Amino acid sequence: MTTTLRVLKYELHNVVRSRAVLVYTVFLFLLTDVLFRFGGEGPRVVLSLLNVVLLFVPLVSVVFGTMYVYSAREFTELLLAQPVGRRSLFAGLYLGLALPLAGAFLAGVGLPFVIHARPEAGLWGPLGMLLTAGLLLTFVFTALSMLLATLFDDRAKGLGGAILIWLGCAILYDGLILLLITMFRDYPLERPVLVLTLLNPIDLGRVLLLLQFDTAALMGYTGAVFEKFFGTSGGRATVLVALAIQATVPLLLAGRVFKRKDF
Amino acid sequence: MTSLPATAPAAEFRALRKQFGRLTALDGVDIHLSTGRITALVGPNGAGKSTLIKCLLGLVRPDQGTMLLGGAPIGTGWEYRRGIGYMPQAPRFPDNLTGREVIAMLRDLRGQGAETDEELLEWFGESGALDRPVRVLSGGTRQKLNAAIAFLFRPGLLILDEPTAGLDPVASGILKDKIRRVRDAGATVLLSSHLMAELEELAEDLIFLVEGRVRYAGPLGGLKERTGETGLERAMAALLRRGGA
Repeated sequence: MTTTLRVLKYELHNVVRSRAVLVYTVFLFLLTDVLFRFGGEGPRVVLSLLNVVLLFVPLVSVVFGTMYVYSAREFTELLLAQPVGRRSLFAGLYLGLALPLAGAFLAGVGLPFVIHARPEAGLWGPLGMLLTAGLLLTFVFTALSMLLATLFDDRAKGLGGAILIWLGCAILYDGLILLLITMFRDYPLERPVLVLTLLNPIDLGRVLLLLQFDTAALMGYTGAVFEKFFGTSGGRATVLVALAIQATVPLLLAGRVFKRKDF
Repeated sequence: MTSLPATAPAAEFRALRKQFGRLTALDGVDIHLSTGRITALVGPNGAGKSTLIKCLLGLVRPDQGTMLLGGAPIGTGWEYRRGIGYMPQAPRFPDNLTGREVIAMLRDLRGQGAETDEELLEWFGESGALDRPVRVLSGGTRQKLNAAIAFLFRPGLLILDEPTAGLDPVASGILKDKIRRVRDAGATVLLSSHLMAELEELAEDLIFLVEGRVRYAGPLGGLKERTGETGLERAMAALLRRGGA
């Protein structure tokens, strides 16, 4: 445990000072700030940020994460040659990567709200969900980047995998679901689609956010089923748990690979 | 000095085997490093030198065989690495940390702050390199940091992989003197290098690996005697030829 914290301390120093994390923070800050300046009210800004959070945050997390783990490879070997256990070193590396990215997201999106937003009743729920979804997606996709970078020794394969996973979750998955729905339109598909939605972290984030805005009504009959399931506090808890599982499973797998790996 | 029992060899490999897919990196390696001596590890590219070093460091898990450090088997734990100092071949340190922070990190991780050997650290820090981010340092200066880390915790066993690579002649001389001094103080050194002159200058023993097998292990002079050659390079070439015939 102490080893993890010691590794974490210096990893934090290193990642926080990296230019990419700084650019990421500034970009999110400027974007949110501009949305406010163009006359947006708090809740509308949250809605405008929805797609940024759902697409951009996973992309940055998985690509930056994978690149970072590869660039730290030689130093990781040096650390492994020290009297430290692999498990605690791995935990330190993951937290040292995920926490700065989570912090960058919180600061970049949160600060403009602190500066501009008028406190109103309809703001806290959506904003809270936006931040929660962004944080969970950061943890899910950095965990995936750790898995890719420990699984493949070849940097090109790891990066390719990272981009493929992002493309799959962000774009291809929804297309496949649509295809499925058209192909089997004669059958009741609500339950299968519900289950499929639970498997994709980006979809889960979207559901979580859209239900904050009562826009689910626009999604027709399926939307109603969604509303019925996800709109309850139990459904919302299910989504959060599913996201937590999606962050934990790749991380545990990566930890297993890391522990047995030949460097 | 992290002392090792004087009777047992500093490190011992017994029937060590390691396979990477179809490639046999180590094919039954039986050797030992004598305490208080400098042992050269040589062999053609892909002979298994790196794999052997990495096995000892716990970076690679051997398929078969055992390793002993100071007579005690290396298990699955990591405590034994307290007695080892490692200088990797091409080090990369976290880009945005300064040398001082990298050193502080390793001190924290080792938790052995008390009796460190700061001689090489001062050498590294001479031109103000300690407080600059590692990414702006030249290759040679980075190599000095690499050396400073390896010697810092007064290890009983030093594993040096191409230690003078990238160093200018003066710096390389300083490092070689340091290696001799810690040897004289009782440390064991395993030295991998492609510079035969350097090995002839420093090493007393030699391990010659070819395709994962030990072709020669013993005193450096013995190899020259056996082949009738005077230079180390020629002696090794002769041994390779003989083995191939």
